Amino acid sequence: MALPHPRVRRAWVRGALLAGILGLALTGCGPHYVLLHPAGPVAQGELHLMVLATIAMAVVIAFVLALLAYVLWHFRDRPGRTAPYRPDWTHSRRLEVLWFVIPAVILTVIAVPMVGQTYALAKLPPKSDPLVVDVTSLDWKWLFQYPQQGVATVNYLVIPTGRPVLFELTANSPMNTFWIPELGGMEYTMSGRVLPLWLEASRPGVYWGHSGQFSGVDFEQMFFTVRAVGPSQFQSWVATVRRTAPAMTEADFRQLLNPGTVGTLTYASYPANTFPAVTHGFTLNGGMYMVMGNQPKDNASQPMGSGAASPSRTSREAMHTMPGMSGR
Amino acid sequence: MSQAWPEMEEQTLPAEFAHEEESIKITGFWMFLVTDVLIFASLFSLYAVYAGRMGGEPNPATFFHLGPALAETLLLLTSSFTVGLAIWFMRRRQVGAMTAWLVATLVLGATFVAIEAREFLGDIQSGYTWHQSAFLSAFFTLVGTHGAHVTFGILMALTLLIQVARRGLTPVTARKLYTFSLYWHFLDVVWIFIYSVVYLGGRLG
Amino acid sequence: MPAFVPYLLHTLFPPTVLRPTEIGADVLIVATGVIIVTVLTRQKKWGWLWREWLTTVDHKRIAVMYLIAAIAMLFRGGVDALMMRTNLALPSVHFISAEEYNEVFTTHGTIMIFFMAMPLIFALFNAVIPLMIGARDVAFPRLNAVSFWLFAFGALLFNISFVVGGSPNAGWTAYPPLTELAFNPGPGENYYFLALFISGIGTTITGINFLVTILRMRAPGMTLMRMPLFAWTTLCTSALILFAFPPLTVALGTSLLDRLFHASFYTLGHGGMPMMYVNLFWLFGHPEVYIVVLPAFGIFSEVVPTFSRKPLFGYTAMVVSVVAIMVLSYGTWVHHFFTMGAGPSVNVFFGLSTMLIAIPTGVKIFNWIFTMWGGRIRLTVPMLYQLAFIPTFVVGGATGVLLATVPVDYQLHNTYFLVAHFHNTLIGGTVFGLLSGLYYWWPKMFGYKLDERQGKWAFWLFFLGFWVTFGPQYLLGLEGMTRRLWTYPLGLGWHALNLISTIGAYGMGAGFVVLVYNVVWSMQHGERDLTGDPWDGRTLEWSLPSPAPEYNFARIPVVTERDAWWAMKARGETTAVRVRPDEISALELPRNSAMPFFLGLGFFVLGFGLTFRWWWIAGLGLAGILGAMLWAGFDYEDRKHVHAEEIRRIEAALGRLEA
Repeated sequence: MALPHPRVRRAWVRGALLAGILGLALTGCGPHYVLLHPAGPVAQGELHLMVLATIAMAVVIAFVLALLAYVLWHFRDRPGRTAPYRPDWTHSRRLEVLWFVIPAVILTVIAVPMVGQTYALAKLPPKSDPLVVDVTSLDWKWLFQYPQQGVATVNYLVIPTGRPVLFELTANSPMNTFWIPELGGMEYTMSGRVLPLWLEASRPGVYWGHSGQFSGVDFEQMFFTVRAVGPSQFQSWVATVRRTAPAMTEADFRQLLNPGTVGTLTYASYPANTFPAVTHGFTLNGGMYMVMGNQPKDNASQPMGSGAASPSRTSREAMHTMPGMSGR
Repeated sequence: MSQAWPEMEEQTLPAEFAHEEESIKITGFWMFLVTDVLIFASLFSLYAVYAGRMGGEPNPATFFHLGPALAETLLLLTSSFTVGLAIWFMRRRQVGAMTAWLVATLVLGATFVAIEAREFLGDIQSGYTWHQSAFLSAFFTLVGTHGAHVTFGILMALTLLIQVARRGLTPVTARKLYTFSLYWHFLDVVWIFIYSVVYLGGRLG
Repeated sequence: MPAFVPYLLHTLFPPTVLRPTEIGADVLIVATGVIIVTVLTRQKKWGWLWREWLTTVDHKRIAVMYLIAAIAMLFRGGVDALMMRTNLALPSVHFISAEEYNEVFTTHGTIMIFFMAMPLIFALFNAVIPLMIGARDVAFPRLNAVSFWLFAFGALLFNISFVVGGSPNAGWTAYPPLTELAFNPGPGENYYFLALFISGIGTTITGINFLVTILRMRAPGMTLMRMPLFAWTTLCTSALILFAFPPLTVALGTSLLDRLFHASFYTLGHGGMPMMYVNLFWLFGHPEVYIVVLPAFGIFSEVVPTFSRKPLFGYTAMVVSVVAIMVLSYGTWVHHFFTMGAGPSVNVFFGLSTMLIAIPTGVKIFNWIFTMWGGRIRLTVPMLYQLAFIPTFVVGGATGVLLATVPVDYQLHNTYFLVAHFHNTLIGGTVFGLLSGLYYWWPKMFGYKLDERQGKWAFWLFFLGFWVTFGPQYLLGLEGMTRRLWTYPLGLGWHALNLISTIGAYGMGAGFVVLVYNVVWSMQHGERDLTGDPWDGRTLEWSLPSPAPEYNFARIPVVTERDAWWAMKARGETTAVRVRPDEISALELPRNSAMPFFLGLGFFVLGFGLTFRWWWIAGLGLAGILGAMLWAGFDYEDRKHVHAEEIRRIEAALGRLEA
């Protein structure tokens, strides 16, 4: 295939580049790019790292592309090429060391903050008093229980701004991931395990959340909304719910467990022992989170983060050891 | 096969390695054993994780029968010795002795399988099925996979006995007998791990 | 009507396989079948098909069969992809139902990895490796045929699920508990586990076969460090297969025990841990990524020197980096589930080990570029794929580093960013590499070249189509679109990029059509390769006629250095291609066998019976398998004698016998 004249091609390349940058400028700043518009410190930190890694990688990509273009241009076999033909030049220790070292350096630039950030995200901010929300993914709906307030919602969340929220994640269904892109990264919900995840909204707003793990036929119904409101508004929301919403009965809970979809629901209270909803009567003991299905609920729902070691941290630390390594 | 059986005096290599083609097949068999080691390693990892999630059922003290397991261990260890003798006689072209020791190996192996089957049946009669828990699933699968391997080995050796009876010792039958012995030793090693991790570990751990 | 007939009809053809797409597929399958049977019968070709192909143990013919199967599977997987992209083109479009979409993305992933990429790789292994290392065949020719038939019948079992009983629908990774009976009672997941189990046995045997072939059957003088790099990557790929497939076998087997025999490995109750499956699966799954990409690295390491007329730059560093990648690839599997709460220390370890792999990969990229430096670059189709590979794969690798950065992965996990990333590496790496290798070795396999002009059209459509498809998907990831969604609402702003992506996918589809046209056209009109060395090649396979005779080498060459054929040509040695009559002696060649075909058939029947829990059919299959194995054990006539005179006659006809 004949390529156009170099000058034509260069103009074309410049045009394409310009269009690309313009396109990105127009769309990249749009509010739809939820990952680029963090609304909380967790998402903010993750975005910082993403930008850093992207810049480092862009340097690599640009360098390789430029080198490739130069080599291709210079050593292409066609009449009139004067580039030297050096079939005996087959290795260079110095060059090989160079392109071993440079990528290593670039990766170190990413790796060092990565390590710090990973550990930082694993624990709650010091001296924080998080709101606890117990999350259960069901087929195909989200059940949110507020153990400190005693209320429960389905498929929507209301959280206060400026205060960390500790989500305790489990499932009574196939796996899902719990994800609110504007607030921070996702974590799996799995039956038989409880995983902690803390997020925080720094400004009021309505955000959407979704599952990232396919869970069956109505998977696309796993969207939910998150309303972040000021602390006093949050308190009044809780008060309104307690006053006006119905109580969740055992039968209501069983109904929720059945596969199917519902809209949003609100409950002023919920029965004990529904989190984690222990399935099929199998008792979890010796599990990694030490949540006993038959224990009173308040064991896992005391206000967190006030002690020396936050519970979030201990539960994450506990996950280092595989279950089953603990004695029987 | 038109290849001649090499004279013992000229041989520096054991009979089963004497022909390049057969020697290559032995290399291939070692590679197969690598994959089998990894199958058992994966099953052991499942067992190790699930062993801690028994939830009190079944009770290790009554579930693991150390007596039969010890008997099984002794049987399999002895059979590893007898199969070694069979190969020793094979290399000296003493077909009769080789056959005798191979049959002894099979008898020991069959007894092993019988004891294991009896134990499994007993467990099931006591109400322990693999449906009950992940631990029992892992236990029956790990030990059962080994038992199935032993059973398959016995069948393989039976066909080998027929082949030797019909063709005598040739480079091909010698190689097949040798690879069978490798397989058998391998199963013995796996059993030692099962005995120490599952049975001893289960009772003491 | 007997009572079992409605039961049978309902089981085999439930409503889920009576949708328009499935009925269309039925019609297509029946029509194709009728045409094939008619042609074979009219031309009286049944005997020929059976004797020359279905029972062959010749590695060159097995390669052709792998290739045909792989291209058919590429078509199937590609159609799946287009169905998905069509459904996602616009918000709230319901071109296919959610049920159908879930089946289609599952079969797309499974087919592309297990039934397209793997057989295409094995096609090239079989076509090239024995010729390249100066061997007459692989170490175990009959087992090689067993491998092929296990793959072929496994693929058949997987594909009939579309029209009989219903397809699997839980993604190509098949995580429990979604695949457990409680959530997935149909036969679909049985098909998945059994088909992968069967073809996985075949793959493991192939791994053993090529490992032993390369370790034990190289021509005299070809030390390991004189081997062509494609042989090195084949060696490392085979070793990876050996170590990666057993955990998969256990993951599949335990899932099957759960589904068929009510074990409790991963069920919700009874203390099972789905995460154990995830661990075992990715213990296989991550090395698998390198199983499919290392051969592409090997292909490029042959293509670049040939079309730059220059030896590979930094041969030793290339070998070391392949081995390093092989070893490191076992230590990264957790990066597929950083978001499963393994704790920061575990995540950091696996994040760092993943980044570490980027270093040897970078070394390879630079060495390819510097192979071209100071060379004479010819822009043939194989070389174009290589040149497209470098930027595409570098972007794929760079986004891989982003995903290895643990906190970033928390945000990007399972989004379209991830989808774009792995297509960048799997298409940009594996598919570009395999297409490059296909165009490069096509004359050696078939005796004619593929037309260059049409090849370039296919290339540009495919390459540009690729970027139009997957470029926007990175941005979709940043917009928060997660994978495996069958449709999406308007308000999220995902529609524009999705539409562009769909247009690109059709561009790639057009590229595939041109590629097939290129093959069909070239069969008739392609330039015949009479020299055996159409590209001015460097390695031993180019010293043979195209296609090579059944015994490959009338006389095994002696190797004294790397790029052995190039060196012989440089020294003006004609002895490599011309043989004196007295140098030819009689040969023992592997004899054709029907056993592998029947063994595969036995596995197919077993798999089908287990899928529907029809135990007597399964028993029949098992009996067939045992019968075929007994047959193999008692069959001592697996070699045939070829007289020296016969070989002299063939060599003379090829013009290679010295007077």
